[in-house]
Amino acid sequence: MDRHLVHELEQFLGDDSVLSQPEDLLLYEYDGSVETARPQCIVFPRTAADVVRIVGLANRYKIPIVGRGAGTGLSGGALARHGGIIVSFARMNQILEIDVENQRAIVQPGVVNSDLNMAVAHGGLHFAPDPSSQKACTIGGNVSENAGGPHTLAYGVTTNHILGLEMVMPTGELVRIGGESTDGPGYDLCGLFVGSEGTLALVTEITVKLTRLPEAIKTLLAVYDRVDGATETVVEITARGITPAACEMLDGWTLRAVEAWVHAGFPLDSAAVLLIEVDGLREAVEQQAQNVGEICRMHGAREVRVARDARERDLLWKGRKNAFGAVGRLSPTYYVQDGVIPRTKLPQTLREIERIGKENGFEIGNIFHAGDGNLHPIILFDARDPKQFDRAVSTADAIIRFCIEMGGAITGEHGVGMEKDRLMPLLFTEDDLALMRSVRDAFNPAGLLNPGKIFPTGKGCGEVRIRPMPQRGAGNIAPAAGKDFA
Amino acid sequence: MNSPAKVAPSRIGDLVGAANITDDPRELAAYEIDGVRPSAAARPRAAEEVSELVKLAAAEKFAVIPTGARTKLGIGMPPARYDLAIDMTRLDRVISYDPGDLTLSVEAGIPLARLAATLALRKQFLPLAVPFSDRATAGGTLSSGVDSPLREAYGTARDFVLGMEIVTGDGALAKSGGRVVKNVSGYDLHKLMLGAIGSLGIITRINFKTFPLPAETRGWFAVFSRAEDAFAFAQSIRKSPLAPHTLDIFDRRASVLFHTSVQLDKSQWAVAVSAAGNEKVMERCSRDLRTMGRAANAAQFTALDEFAQSELCQWIRGFPALAAEHSLDALIVKIASLPTQMGEVTQRLQSIAANSGLPCAILARGAGVIYFALLPEERGAPAVARIAPCVGEIFSAAASSKQHATIPRCSLELKREMNIWGPAREDFPLMQRVKQAFDPHNIFSPGRFVGGL
Repeated sequence: MDRHLVHELEQFLGDDSVLSQPEDLLLYEYDGSVETARPQCIVFPRTAADVVRIVGLANRYKIPIVGRGAGTGLSGGALARHGGIIVSFARMNQILEIDVENQRAIVQPGVVNSDLNMAVAHGGLHFAPDPSSQKACTIGGNVSENAGGPHTLAYGVTTNHILGLEMVMPTGELVRIGGESTDGPGYDLCGLFVGSEGTLALVTEITVKLTRLPEAIKTLLAVYDRVDGATETVVEITARGITPAACEMLDGWTLRAVEAWVHAGFPLDSAAVLLIEVDGLREAVEQQAQNVGEICRMHGAREVRVARDARERDLLWKGRKNAFGAVGRLSPTYYVQDGVIPRTKLPQTLREIERIGKENGFEIGNIFHAGDGNLHPIILFDARDPKQFDRAVSTADAIIRFCIEMGGAITGEHGVGMEKDRLMPLLFTEDDLALMRSVRDAFNPAGLLNPGKIFPTGKGCGEVRIRPMPQRGAGNIAPAAGKDFA
Repeated sequence: MNSPAKVAPSRIGDLVGAANITDDPRELAAYEIDGVRPSAAARPRAAEEVSELVKLAAAEKFAVIPTGARTKLGIGMPPARYDLAIDMTRLDRVISYDPGDLTLSVEAGIPLARLAATLALRKQFLPLAVPFSDRATAGGTLSSGVDSPLREAYGTARDFVLGMEIVTGDGALAKSGGRVVKNVSGYDLHKLMLGAIGSLGIITRINFKTFPLPAETRGWFAVFSRAEDAFAFAQSIRKSPLAPHTLDIFDRRASVLFHTSVQLDKSQWAVAVSAAGNEKVMERCSRDLRTMGRAANAAQFTALDEFAQSELCQWIRGFPALAAEHSLDALIVKIASLPTQMGEVTQRLQSIAANSGLPCAILARGAGVIYFALLPEERGAPAVARIAPCVGEIFSAAASSKQHATIPRCSLELKREMNIWGPAREDFPLMQRVKQAFDPHNIFSPGRFVGGL
């Protein structure tokens, strides 16, 4: 690391806002994924003007810059893959304005998701995206990754809730896009920048849309002796046009891991449970809960339990949201996948995941947003054994390939980052990627902002050249079959 | 510069078939935009043909404008150049429909009406209650950026378009997004295509999330003596748990355009609201709305029967078309406002109209979007002379309260006097970079979009 650069950063940010000692750097080489990459320094700006100066310096020294919220991401988005400066937004954590009447708030990027929710609850509002990490993750991180969560089934993901952004461009300009509504003149730049995984700009202020809290909520726990019963229930709920607020599934393996720690009340001898929530007007919720319960029983639920009060409901959700923590008790390292499939393909996909696991010698747990078709298979492995690591990754890849074959996608909410860049060609053609690259280069011409993310570099593909996979039912527009994996 | 008349029909005919290219001036009149007529129009049948046409255009530097049913080509500034119209109406197939997954993939030229019929068979729909929906295509609707009263419950197209395939300015077929309801694989480039009036690329395929048709929809209609009461009523609904499907506020002159059976007096305002759900939900809505209406001093509160409700919904969605029918030189301003500011903004708009002696009509969506129509009785130069000063005032009023105004419709004469997109904003340099990335040769709809893009 260039001591001059650190010195210059310290000069305008202050000594307490720059970290560059090896022991500090170690703490920032991780996020929530299985990847690591060590930065050369970490800075803590307090204002957008600080960020502008940091970007200016990075350009002068030609050193990469990577934005970081709480570091809870699951695809390496906030890791300095090629080294450089990590810009932590931990100190830009103020809620600047709450407008209850117009259902909007303006926040700095370092505001924690749960903190915003607590701050707006008095007005009967919430910020709808609710990733499992919401007690730690920041709105800035949610924006970068276009974060989801269980309740995005009914409420939409982050991009549906962002109205405007103030950003520092990699070329140093401070710009505002969007505004207080999405109907401004010109291109929908917010739609582009949300979910761009920190590769197009550093966000310094966010205008979010707030959503009314529902009047009534009912949370159901349906217990199954067969995994197929649970997946078939989800297929039927979707096909009948019922949109629950959330529809989560935990398979037997996962619910046992969770139960041992959280004691949420998941029956230990079951093969799967569905956690289904309906919300809205009292009059609507009553009937929806009844309909959902009937469908569950029709597909073999041996028990459908309705949470009697907020405490029971919170406990069930605690079981869901702390599942990854529970898995962490069983194994120091695990790999969570994030594939998406059409909801109609759930039963066969779960069966295929089980088969792939057996074939590769892994027991794979499943806990996921069933209502969206957003899978999160969990593969436990021992990171000390490099062979196991490689096998875990290739097992996860096999699952993703199957998702694509079903007409799905490689990531539903965790992002591409440095985890799945090499898988992008399974989904996108050279022409698709060329257009995305030209958009990135238009804003990030020197490639200093978050390099090594999203786009395949050729590294890691080994000898195999990955080509787009055929999607069943994709009609005449499907790209040519990639014979490597067909 | 070559014009396609020199190469057409043979070279273009080679790509799409001789029957699908025309340079006949009489046929080309239908493709005219703001008085500019292309030299040829091609009607491709597949995305690959669109790609080949664009490659040819890029090589020859032809200016290209994609068209659908040509119902909203008046949106935008007059084209700086316009050589080739690419008529997308033969790309009209459903590529895949998975009713169980509530997802649909279609070619861009499919008429919305046919799409709706396909979905209705499975009791599903797309919440695009847009003007001209009897003829408009899916691609044209998304490109034009028109919104729908159903946005109150379902959001705008950006909330339910899952992915697209487009042809870029160098003729490449590129896609983004996918066919699943949740997806963060790669940049959401398709969002940039919404409302871009064909300035970035040509949409060839659209993947939608579809929605179950509500079992029952009901509507209510309340009349108020004062605008502020109408807006207060609308706001109280938004703050209630009722979650209406549509919520629109309009003045007396809009009600005249709508031919509603309820007659409003001169300064009266109306609020139309609809909701969907089971019988108990409907009863609850009826009860609560009536109570809220009383609290907001409603002069009248009516529950609409199914027929009256669907008729009123038709009128409301067709507002821009109705204003244009009523007055050929009508000017429509769309203002993106905030719910709490709408009362004040509409008052200001009305006084701008009154000061210049112009009749006006106002339709506002509860979410904060205002449509303001100036309806001159005269045509041509006298109309322009009256309207032009108002436009300046409207733009500066909007700018002073941090709101965005654009003009989705006005006469060609007026476009020569002012820019319908309003003054440039600080994000314009970013838009230029987007344009450059998608359309490096500047062949798509040159000059029509914001800032001459």
